[in-house]
Amino acid sequence: MMEFLNFYLVPGVVLGCIYALGAIGISLTFGILRFSNFAHGDTMTLGVYITLSLVQVSGLHPLAVAPVAMLLTTGLVLGMDLAFFKPFRKSPTIMLVIASFGLMLMIRSMIQFFWGVQLHALRIGIEKMAFFGPFAILPRHIMIVGAAVVLMMAVHLMLTRTKIGKAMRATSDNPELAALTGIDTELVIRATWAMGASLAVAAGVFLGLDTHVETMMGFKLLLPMFAAAILGGIGRPYGAVAGGLVIGIVEELSSYPWIGETPLLSPGYKAGVAFAIMVAMLIWKPQGLFRGRQF
Amino acid sequence: MEQYYGYFIYALSLLTMGGIYSVLALGLNVQWGFTGLFNAGIAGFFAVGAYTQALLTTPIYRDHLGGYNWPIPLAMLAAMVLSAVVAYAVAKICIRLRSDYLAIATIGIAEIVRLIFKNEIWATNGPRGVSQIPKAFEGLPQPWNTLAFLGMVLTIVALIYLALERARTAPWGRVMTAIRENETAAAAAGKNIEGFRLESFVIGSALMGLGGALMAQYLKQIDPNVSDPLTATFLVFVMLIVGGSANNRGAVLGAMLMWTVWSSTEILTSRLPDEFAIRSAYVRVFLIGLILQFILQKRPQGILPETRPKPNPRHRGDNSPVKNSGRTTE
Repeated sequence: MMEFLNFYLVPGVVLGCIYALGAIGISLTFGILRFSNFAHGDTMTLGVYITLSLVQVSGLHPLAVAPVAMLLTTGLVLGMDLAFFKPFRKSPTIMLVIASFGLMLMIRSMIQFFWGVQLHALRIGIEKMAFFGPFAILPRHIMIVGAAVVLMMAVHLMLTRTKIGKAMRATSDNPELAALTGIDTELVIRATWAMGASLAVAAGVFLGLDTHVETMMGFKLLLPMFAAAILGGIGRPYGAVAGGLVIGIVEELSSYPWIGETPLLSPGYKAGVAFAIMVAMLIWKPQGLFRGRQF
Repeated sequence: MEQYYGYFIYALSLLTMGGIYSVLALGLNVQWGFTGLFNAGIAGFFAVGAYTQALLTTPIYRDHLGGYNWPIPLAMLAAMVLSAVVAYAVAKICIRLRSDYLAIATIGIAEIVRLIFKNEIWATNGPRGVSQIPKAFEGLPQPWNTLAFLGMVLTIVALIYLALERARTAPWGRVMTAIRENETAAAAAGKNIEGFRLESFVIGSALMGLGGALMAQYLKQIDPNVSDPLTATFLVFVMLIVGGSANNRGAVLGAMLMWTVWSSTEILTSRLPDEFAIRSAYVRVFLIGLILQFILQKRPQGILPETRPKPNPRHRGDNSPVKNSGRTTE
């Protein structure tokens, strides 16, 4: 029983928090800019590599330099929006999807060019598990979940208490009506990119702390993040959090030996779990758990 | 003399790969060009075709399935059928949803296909892949075998081109255009939107499977990285968009052109010092991406824009000539 808790449920929650933070950005971009941003995963990778360089230069803890990386990544993403997405604001959304698809590979190739493709580590040394009776947990897992909860609270406060947050929610619900009431759409779009990019960088840094840093890490997270956004309902940040947690936990639990001694699903297929959940949602409940926008 | 022979062989390989990519680009043209379906998982359908070809024709081998001894043409047909079946399953679920969902679902399918080929080691030899795949005409002496294979590829391209040109100008192709340009109007005219989209998606994916079968023969060995989203999916998309979406000639032109660019820049970068050569390979990807963005913004119709079939003169009067509206004016 403790093995289930320590080695399956806790890592599932950690992974779920990472997916959730990434999925908020996907869901908001989908809700406000109306397209699925394939470059989101590689934006995350970019932020992680910036963090890595900052750590190497400053020698500080990754979480200490992460806010700087968030700002830098936000700046770069705003530049990309200007160059590659803004010309298509009035075009069919599929043009934006293709542009983001191209951008995804451009970002990744630049990361591979500047930083190389070898694995990196954000932290050095082996951590000992902290024991609380039979319950054991890695200190970094406590840190990741704690920081993720803080970030989610911040997102919640921003969306409900600030003017720009309310404008974002209004635009996501009904863009025409929001524009009619005098909301500055371009400002809302910039805020969306900033929030999405910052959360993606945070998620990437958490993943980098938990595992390692590599150039494909963002792309590998793309599918689970899409699945989380669809599961929670497109344009619903809270749905994205719930969806991310569900997918992270289910992914980890799928390799628990529920029946007999062997894992229920070979760990090699973990990445398929998110896809299966997403397809099931698309068939039975395309609007998601939180009644998101249905296209 | 020997040097020129080398150039000659290189030109043949350029044309052969360009031809194989033409098959893929024509397949994508049916989906994206004709009907406006965004398939981000070309790599997946391509890999299904490649592995079908490989496993049905390779001799018996202890590390993967094999020894079925299927004749090459029959295996190519099977590759098409199997890709079509996978495409049908995907399309059945996603085709009625917004185009984004199809893109996400197809990229997911490509990933799952790669996982299967990587993890089912008993069947596919896992990451080490399948080698010694029989190639058509390989019994002939050099350079005749290369020439004969190129001839086969180009014949296939020509046949697909003729068939798709026929389809494009036929009522079927016109319905596809109608669905792409104005789905509601097409539905109001009594067309079964989902049915037509499904047909288009399945036909396009079958062609991608055929492209995979050709590639497996040409390279003689494949591994799960054949479904690397970069070389398969992205390059084919750039080819079609550069050449001209919805224009079959544009698809072939784009494939030949972009493959030449891709392949010749590889020669350039491989001459650089080692340290730099590896890294500059990524610059090539970046440049291809930049070309895509440039074309998307400055010339979305591509080099050869779409042309609409002329109305049949016998029916003059009951349908006025349709002006080429282009997809961006939607």
